[in-house]
Amino acid sequence: MTVTVHLPTVLAALADGRSELAGSGDTVGAVVEHLADTWPRLAPRLRDGDGAPYPFVTYYLNDEDVRFADGFATPVRDGDELVLVPAIAGG
Amino acid sequence: MTTDGTAATPTIPLAPWALRCRACEADHPPAPVAICPACLGPLDPVPPVGRRLPSREEIAARPTSLWRYREWLPFTGDPVVSTEVGYTPLLDAPELARCLGVRRVWIKGDLFSVPSLSFKDRVVATALNAARAFGLSAVGCASTGNLGNAVAAQAAGAGIPAWIFIPEDLEMGKIVGSAVCGARVVRIRGHYDDVNRLCTQVADRCGWGIVNVNLRGYYGEGSKTMAFEIAEQLGWRLPTAVVAPMAGGSLVTKLARGFQEFREAGLVSGPAPRVHGVQAAGCAPIIHLFDRGEGSTAIEPVIPATIARSIAIGNPPDGLYAVRTIRESGGWAVAVPERDLVEGMTRLARTTGLFAETAGGVTVGGAIHLARRGHLTAADEVVLCITGHGFKTPEPVAAVLPPGPVIAPRFRDVQNLIDKETK
Repeated sequence: MTVTVHLPTVLAALADGRSELAGSGDTVGAVVEHLADTWPRLAPRLRDGDGAPYPFVTYYLNDEDVRFADGFATPVRDGDELVLVPAIAGG
Repeated sequence: MTTDGTAATPTIPLAPWALRCRACEADHPPAPVAICPACLGPLDPVPPVGRRLPSREEIAARPTSLWRYREWLPFTGDPVVSTEVGYTPLLDAPELARCLGVRRVWIKGDLFSVPSLSFKDRVVATALNAARAFGLSAVGCASTGNLGNAVAAQAAGAGIPAWIFIPEDLEMGKIVGSAVCGARVVRIRGHYDDVNRLCTQVADRCGWGIVNVNLRGYYGEGSKTMAFEIAEQLGWRLPTAVVAPMAGGSLVTKLARGFQEFREAGLVSGPAPRVHGVQAAGCAPIIHLFDRGEGSTAIEPVIPATIARSIAIGNPPDGLYAVRTIRESGGWAVAVPERDLVEGMTRLARTTGLFAETAGGVTVGGAIHLARRGHLTAADEVVLCITGHGFKTPEPVAAVLPPGPVIAPRFRDVQNLIDKETK
């Protein structure tokens, strides 16, 4: 499955300035690992040493927070969009 | 010279403080950026080394706005906009103290905040000065209502274009309160957390000052002034406890910081107050984290289902920091059942005459629950933070109050009513 991944500017700098990347895999976690392999400098910003998501980085698959699905185990389909957002804003 | 012939006070150009990452402690120059490029942790402004702090007397002689505490706000120099925000009243509430079984209760009255009747005026005052200092072309926010009203009002006063992003089904009073100031109000299909995520992308791509996103470090510091005012208004001393509502979780952390900074400056002495945080049961992810115990460090987001719309944030970014602050202060965290929120609002109104918005019902309802569980005691002097005015959202109370009888303009009909009421 090929998924379009959108990065915030602060992370795009670690991927040669590209804020839109193509990732592949059957789950969100697999797509993240594919990106980590392709862009080693980006890898430690995407997930922790155990391959789990950080509490302060949120992944949205087609506008849905993956924590309301199966987290990194959430399946993806061809053409899905994955948006990575640092959890900074508040009311 | 000014128009009245007196010598004008020279002003010092406004310059934001530099930033430091709360997680990895890396230093960064002043910028409209809220995330550490090295580790994605939150960035906080850092005061310059060796800054001179004012005495009680110097502070007391200054105009009554939050800028009387300017040495603790994240700039050197003089504010250029929002100069009259802050210094809301601290009101004695003896009947409420009797209800709670404590020694004293004061209401911190941010429901009377100028210009937009909520505590969000404080954070917007510092954020808009940062926006001006960085020369940003527009400001905006993701809002549950009060923040949007504060940004719209203060941006109008400053002559800065404003974009307000809100959930589509927000209360009418809060939509109109922003639109009337000329702000672009954009209603988003979804919850606040969807709006929040969208605004993170807007801040990233548009170069605007989204006050609670890329200006967040400067924005958050404004909340400390609530603690400074409480200490000064109590006669330069501290209460034993404060009760504050939690949405994103930032306010309780900034209250504790504010009390601590005044203690470090020698302006007040004695123990730091216990900080109690309260949420509505229909959206209580911070309470859930607190209840899971000290081993838990990650917020589990929820879909909000509460009438307390102004604090309905299902994915609170400062939730973990809020829980740590509450624990370190010796405070407690409680969720208030939805059925008790309107009771909290009416209890406040019928003991003090103050009409708070639904978040005020959470604060008062939370204080009642804290007292019942022994977290407020007879020796306590408690400040309840009432953060927004009820005129903005009368709907939940109006729904349960009888609308009043309609009678003919005849005294006989009034007499009948009196007889009925006094029977």
